[in-house]
Amino acid sequence: MTAHDHDHPPRGRTDIELRVRALESLLVEKGLVDPAALDAIVETFETKIGPRNGARVVARAWTDPAYKRRLLDDATAAIAELGYAGMQGENMVVLENTPAVHNVVVCTLCSCYPWPVLGLPPVWYKSAPYRSRVVIDPRGVLAELGLVLPAGIDVKVWDSNAELRYMVLPRRPAGTEGLGEEALAALVTRDGMIGTAAV
Amino acid sequence: MNTIHDMGGMHGFGRIEVEPDEPAFHAEWERRVFALVTAVPFAVPFGDDSLRPAIESTPPAEYLASSYYELWLRGVTKLLLEAGAVTPGELATGKAASRPGAATFGRAATRDEIAKAIMTGFSPRRAEGKPPRFKAGDRVRTRNLHPTTHTRLPRYARDKVGTVTQDRGIFSFNDTNGSGQGEQPQHVYAVGFALTELWGPGHPPGDMLYLDLWDDHLDPA
Repeated sequence: MTAHDHDHPPRGRTDIELRVRALESLLVEKGLVDPAALDAIVETFETKIGPRNGARVVARAWTDPAYKRRLLDDATAAIAELGYAGMQGENMVVLENTPAVHNVVVCTLCSCYPWPVLGLPPVWYKSAPYRSRVVIDPRGVLAELGLVLPAGIDVKVWDSNAELRYMVLPRRPAGTEGLGEEALAALVTRDGMIGTAAV
Repeated sequence: MNTIHDMGGMHGFGRIEVEPDEPAFHAEWERRVFALVTAVPFAVPFGDDSLRPAIESTPPAEYLASSYYELWLRGVTKLLLEAGAVTPGELATGKAASRPGAATFGRAATRDEIAKAIMTGFSPRRAEGKPPRFKAGDRVRTRNLHPTTHTRLPRYARDKVGTVTQDRGIFSFNDTNGSGQGEQPQHVYAVGFALTELWGPGHPPGDMLYLDLWDDHLDPA
């Protein structure tokens, strides 16, 4: 089964498409939602909010030590300096990976995720295999996802059970001394900021 | 609520399937469900503290067989029915049998109002609450609680000893607010647990798990 199949359960698409269409037209008819507002919500999360935002934050932290200090001290304010804020990022915490510590983020109870910097979470992050296993076997999960951690690095797993939202600050890759902020941001992946990849 | 959403530490769910270059949504109906769940609370007030218990009340077999946005649809539909904003008959036909709409509930949020709210958010941080009982460095034991209502204390971390690493400040308490007992604002603390404390032997001594726990989840250890 692929991740894609998870989103199309056996019940089939037609039934759910009809139910959603019925609910939306009903709520529009009752004046409880505005279709133009619905379109704007979708557009915002498909085009404006996503992991490129977080990558810019990371690249700034890699190149500006004062910004990095502010980011680790008060992540919400430092992220807002770059224009990213709002729903599901109201109370941000940034976790710094170091040569001694690797951080990884999960939400075992639900799907909590820092929307302003990473966008909406991928299906695997919301899935039972990840939510159930990363807390009890983080090294096994990371290895399955391609990140084998040496014994000398401690793993810290952060379960976003409350209203804090976490983003990992990956380690700057070796050999990138000459790169500017934009080129550095291009190296940063979504998974690096969840903690399931090195960068 | 001791049910399937609280799955931390369970075995048997198989491999993690990563979809390369995954889009934000996989189908048009997912876009519409996401947008509806974001927009509806402006007119029919409910927050995450209502939506999450509504989703968690899904019978476990159905929860596991449902995709993520199916669970959202189920949750928002349940809340709309409970609020009296829609009826089962109306949901079946998609046609309004009556139009309480803005007269009974708020009016639909406009495009601009929602754009502003997305950028502002809805922080559950509160200015005042119960005085803190703990501080960074304190050893704490989580309470052995099994409420039949919403809780943010996962099963795997109950009756476990950890160390407070940071006071996060005062927050509304989702456990009470999600079960009709009000916000009861109080301090939330980052608490670190050794993986060996949570899961027994077989983990490197430095490997840790952190939760953000409310004052009422904790006792001194």
